[in-house]
Amino acid sequence: MGHSAKGILCEGLSKSFHRGAVTAVESINLKIDQGELFGLIGPDGAGKTTLMRLLTTLLKADRGNATVDGLDITEDYKMIRQTVGYMPGRFSLYQDLTVAENLNFFATLFNTTVSSNIDLIHDIYVQIEPFSDRRAGQLSGGMKQKLALCCALIHKPTVLFLDEPTTGVDVVSRKEFWGMLAGLRTLGITILVSTPYMDEAMRCDRIALIQAGEIMQVNTPQGIIESYPLTLYAVKAEDTFRLLQDSKAYHNTRSCFAFGSYLHLTFRGEDPNLVREYMEYLYRKGHDSLTINKIAPTIEDCFMYLMNSKPMTSTRL
Amino acid sequence: MSQATKVLFVQMKAFVAKEFHHVFRDRKSLLLLFGLPIAQILLFGFALSNEIKNTKIGVFNQASDSESLRLIERVEASQYFEVSEILKNAQEMEDIFRAGKAKLILIIPPGFGQDLVHADSPGADLQIIADGSDPNSAYTVTSYLQNIILDFQKGLNPAEIQQRDYGLVTELRMLYNPQLKGAPNFVPGVMSLVLLLICVMMTSISIVREKELGTMEILLVSPFEPLLVILSKAIPYLILSLINLTLILILSVFLLEMPIHGNLLLLFAVSTVYIITCLSLGLLISTVTQSQQAAMLISLMGMMLPTMLFTGFMFPIENMPLPLQIISHLVPARYYYIIVKAIMIKGLGIAAIWKETLVLAGMAMLLLLISWRNFKIRLE
Repeated sequence: MGHSAKGILCEGLSKSFHRGAVTAVESINLKIDQGELFGLIGPDGAGKTTLMRLLTTLLKADRGNATVDGLDITEDYKMIRQTVGYMPGRFSLYQDLTVAENLNFFATLFNTTVSSNIDLIHDIYVQIEPFSDRRAGQLSGGMKQKLALCCALIHKPTVLFLDEPTTGVDVVSRKEFWGMLAGLRTLGITILVSTPYMDEAMRCDRIALIQAGEIMQVNTPQGIIESYPLTLYAVKAEDTFRLLQDSKAYHNTRSCFAFGSYLHLTFRGEDPNLVREYMEYLYRKGHDSLTINKIAPTIEDCFMYLMNSKPMTSTRL
Repeated sequence: MSQATKVLFVQMKAFVAKEFHHVFRDRKSLLLLFGLPIAQILLFGFALSNEIKNTKIGVFNQASDSESLRLIERVEASQYFEVSEILKNAQEMEDIFRAGKAKLILIIPPGFGQDLVHADSPGADLQIIADGSDPNSAYTVTSYLQNIILDFQKGLNPAEIQQRDYGLVTELRMLYNPQLKGAPNFVPGVMSLVLLLICVMMTSISIVREKELGTMEILLVSPFEPLLVILSKAIPYLILSLINLTLILILSVFLLEMPIHGNLLLLFAVSTVYIITCLSLGLLISTVTQSQQAAMLISLMGMMLPTMLFTGFMFPIENMPLPLQIISHLVPARYYYIIVKAIMIKGLGIAAIWKETLVLAGMAMLLLLISWRNFKIRLE
């Protein structure tokens, strides 16, 4: 492999488990530039973790190949392990060691010291420093993530892999965490982050929507929203559950999902009369305080649309 | 020291320190580590002893002369017997055995003293009736009693001894363990069992725990050599096992009054070989299991039972059917048991145990090779 390109490049990467019975990822093509904050967006079981593990050399691909900073994931796995930072999905530090002991241990493991890398982790480290004598197992979820991020950054990695770093973390800590990632991005570190939270996708430079082991679309978050081809409506009524049932049964409904107290709805065709006919249908069904508005789609709407339309096998690089 | 080895050394040191933290911060593993040997030694030393001590004996003295009373005194004076029943008639015998009030009964016939000292008598008779429901201990206690009677006979005033026919007198001597104490038998057994359990269980669990908690993922995605993960895991348990060995030895010397006849240094050296064999076994288990529970189960079930059965300290291997005898050769504890007995009890040197030591070393090499081949540098 003669790839001297920095960043991450996947070509037809496939992996299955149980002797091929379960396909985890299928023909993944992906190009992530150096210094990019790239999001891997998809529900549980979509293949995010498998892709992360393939790229961090923890799993061996069945077919296809990939490079990380120009290093082949199979042949140069030892070199990749020295240069990348990895934060697994589960909190994977030593719960019975203190914050300081964890940091020092991982620093030593990567042949460095905490003090010589303090500039990189300083902003994050100051937040966990007051707890440096506390055992990692007794930290709050947000603090654990910060410590894990510190440990993953301790050796100044050129590429950072974060597998669902915000799962199980409160909203405030999630926001803070993404703030930190934005800070790291300015330092030129390539970051591949996976998340099941669609709202977090907006904070990435580019995202890949992944479902059932296949990448459905790669684009900037804005680009993905703009490529949404349908007109989307938000509908609200007093009885949301009944509204959902009735809307699903309506003959002109193309798709309809509950989003909190709203329904996100699309029609078959773009005829402006469709809205009026639909509202009359709902009145006949006896719904009260009905509102309907045309809205801009979210990443989740795009995801739902892509998931339900014909699976796209060719992905845009 | 080159730069690379220096780095390696620092990394190993950090890893070993981390491992010690794990052990000392977990009360369960601490209890297992140091509670198990102490409990085993005390259990085998005091509760599960097959030594004869204060065996209850009934006496049916039909003579009641001075000689018979002296004999009974002699029996009672020994630490092995305690005269618990004095029979008045022969019918009581049944009841005493049935109620378990005595393990054996000594019957002294009328005219015992007369028969003993007078030249014209054909000799004095005694009868010992033992409770044969536990044949092993019945056999042991009767032979003890016979020895006491023999002693009594020799100790009689020479004037009283009638020089009889030249009879054959068998003199029994138990070499290395004249008092037939239990400790020399079970201390080596407990040592092989405890060291094996601790080493196999603790190492296998500690590596599997890294897999289970997900920390193995980070360790693999680091410059640290996977093989060093294994070695760094073994070092703390080698040290802890040596501490354990010292603890067991101190307990057996001072509490069980079992002296160490051989070279202490040699004992520790050979024990280190055995410990390394056990650690390699633990490493092998850790490479094939995915959960702490599985590792624990394999270590306990797969190690404890064969070790108890095939080491020879509970059941003599010579009495087993051939297939089982062959299996027993695969059990490391068997060789260590022979070695410890040779050094501690017989006071022998390396010349007597080099074969067993070589077998252990060979096993360790083989096990390490297999675990090294088996160790996964990836997650699958």
